[in-house]
Amino acid sequence: MTMEKHRPLLRTLAWVIPVAIALLAAPHVVGPFQTLTLLYGLVFGIAVLGFNLLLGYTGLLSFGHSAYFGAGAYTVAFMVKYFKVASMELFLAGSVLISVIISLLFGVVCVRYTRIFFGILTLALSQVLWSLAFKFFWVTGGTDGLRVPTPSLLGAAPLADKMEFLAFQYYYYVLAVFTVCVIIMWVIVHSPFGKALQAIRDNETRAEFIGIRIRRYRLIAFVVSGAFAGLAGALWAPLNGLATPDVLVWTFSGEIVFMAVLGGFNSFIGPIVGAVAFTYLKTYAVGFTVYWQLLLGTVLVVLVLALPKGIMGMVELVIARVRRLR
Amino acid sequence: MEFLFIHGLNALLYSSVLFLIAGGLSLIYGVMRILNLAHGSLYAIGAYVTAWSIGAAAAAGAPNAVLLLLLPAGAIAAAAVGAVLEPTLLRPFYKRPEEYQLLVTFGLLMILEDMLHVIWGPNPLSAGTVYQYFGSVTIGPARYPTYNLAVIVVGIIAALFLWAFIYRTRFGVVLRATSQNMRMASALGVNVNRIYIQAFTIGCFMAGLGGAIVVPGQSAVLGMGVDALILAFVVVVIGGLGSLEGAFAGALIVGFVREAGVALFPEVELAVLYLIAAIVLFVRPAGLFGRA
Repeated sequence: MTMEKHRPLLRTLAWVIPVAIALLAAPHVVGPFQTLTLLYGLVFGIAVLGFNLLLGYTGLLSFGHSAYFGAGAYTVAFMVKYFKVASMELFLAGSVLISVIISLLFGVVCVRYTRIFFGILTLALSQVLWSLAFKFFWVTGGTDGLRVPTPSLLGAAPLADKMEFLAFQYYYYVLAVFTVCVIIMWVIVHSPFGKALQAIRDNETRAEFIGIRIRRYRLIAFVVSGAFAGLAGALWAPLNGLATPDVLVWTFSGEIVFMAVLGGFNSFIGPIVGAVAFTYLKTYAVGFTVYWQLLLGTVLVVLVLALPKGIMGMVELVIARVRRLR
Repeated sequence: MEFLFIHGLNALLYSSVLFLIAGGLSLIYGVMRILNLAHGSLYAIGAYVTAWSIGAAAAAGAPNAVLLLLLPAGAIAAAAVGAVLEPTLLRPFYKRPEEYQLLVTFGLLMILEDMLHVIWGPNPLSAGTVYQYFGSVTIGPARYPTYNLAVIVVGIIAALFLWAFIYRTRFGVVLRATSQNMRMASALGVNVNRIYIQAFTIGCFMAGLGGAIVVPGQSAVLGMGVDALILAFVVVVIGGLGSLEGAFAGALIVGFVREAGVALFPEVELAVLYLIAAIVLFVRPAGLFGRA
């Protein structure tokens, strides 16, 4: 009886524990290059996890999440340049604050709409930030971007060797932040608030009738989503070493959507799987050919044609089939 | 005065090209309710094909009259690409949610952008011979390139032609009927698949024509499609998605604001355009001319 009751938990632990061990062991097992690729994947994973609160749980497709990610990255760069800050914790706090402010401003406008208009509006607003970063080059460095040196973690000075710092100290730091983010998002989507968002996604009219204030809920989801993206942007900046307009431009928003769909936006961990898979795919495609866009574009088209539920949808299908065989 | 006059002409020039791109985008959205993110790439295809064919002909020593005849090559190429893409790639998506439609056209954008890179390499292509052939004219106190005037005329003719086509022909009636109610049109015996492919081809032809007429004045470069797409977005958002009048008005607004921006406030020129788009969406979600 007690075994029956705990089965879902046990089943979750059955894959969470091996994954956690693999993530913890990664820097010691694989080389620094692999670790850094994984690190990028985890950072994007946080952003896509936030993005998916809108797409997967609220049913709103944002084509402008580069704005909040980029805002996070540029906040770090500005804090370094103008306030001489070096503490990662301050970077994270500042980036979340700024991305919350920006997503609140943009969100108030955007959540009045749904579907295609929501997408275009988020895109147009994100392009405002991009064009400002692009044109005010004396403040933002223009296309050259702004340099972001290695930060101090928890008040401790970073290792002298940058590669070693990123592949060990910084990796574990990001892993810890990542874990906290996943737990927070898990709590959000399983809370009454998260259920309300899913009710809005499934049927707006019914949700309104049972007393959910749709616009306010959407706005909160929008801001939470933006905060996650901003946090990811802040973690990305020291890793990349530069904050450039590349992460503000709308095609980067497209990549975020790509990651969510690749992993499967109907599942909780789909976005994370998608972010890691996309990072590997892009890293190898860029290394393999100058025509990596062609390769990724083909993958995307095939994906939406043949596998609209993404990697997690495929995994679920395989599991269901194996179960039926038994 | 002279200053204003030249800038006014430049704004009209810019509006003409924008109308061709955005008009095509809007037509496609109006008929099949699909927002084609790869639309800018069709404009780039038009520019590349025209630049390449004019360049090849000029190198072979063809007379200027022949070069001029080659100008529409880009538009025809873009239309041909459109005619292939619609039935093969887009048709399976009409019944699926918008997310997938946007994603498949985003994938198409990545593919087409790199195809241009594969075929024509990383260097810009230009068709400057045609531009020089036209020379320049003196209008009042100022001198202005004749070719640019020709582009403005092409833009106006295209707008008139399209208007007549959609509001004064039998095909236009069927097109508008399909746009308003696809199922009803289908029930009344309209071959919706054929209308879709025709509308998509015309939309792509317009984008290709925009690229073809712009390329003698400026080179075809990688990434021009993505830039053009975003401006076309601004145009259709201001004018109203799916409305041709809207695309016309939007192109004029964006053309003049941009020209004024370049002269007066270059730093925030793009930001002002996006903000105008956002404000219009905020006040009138369907755009200035859209039906909500």
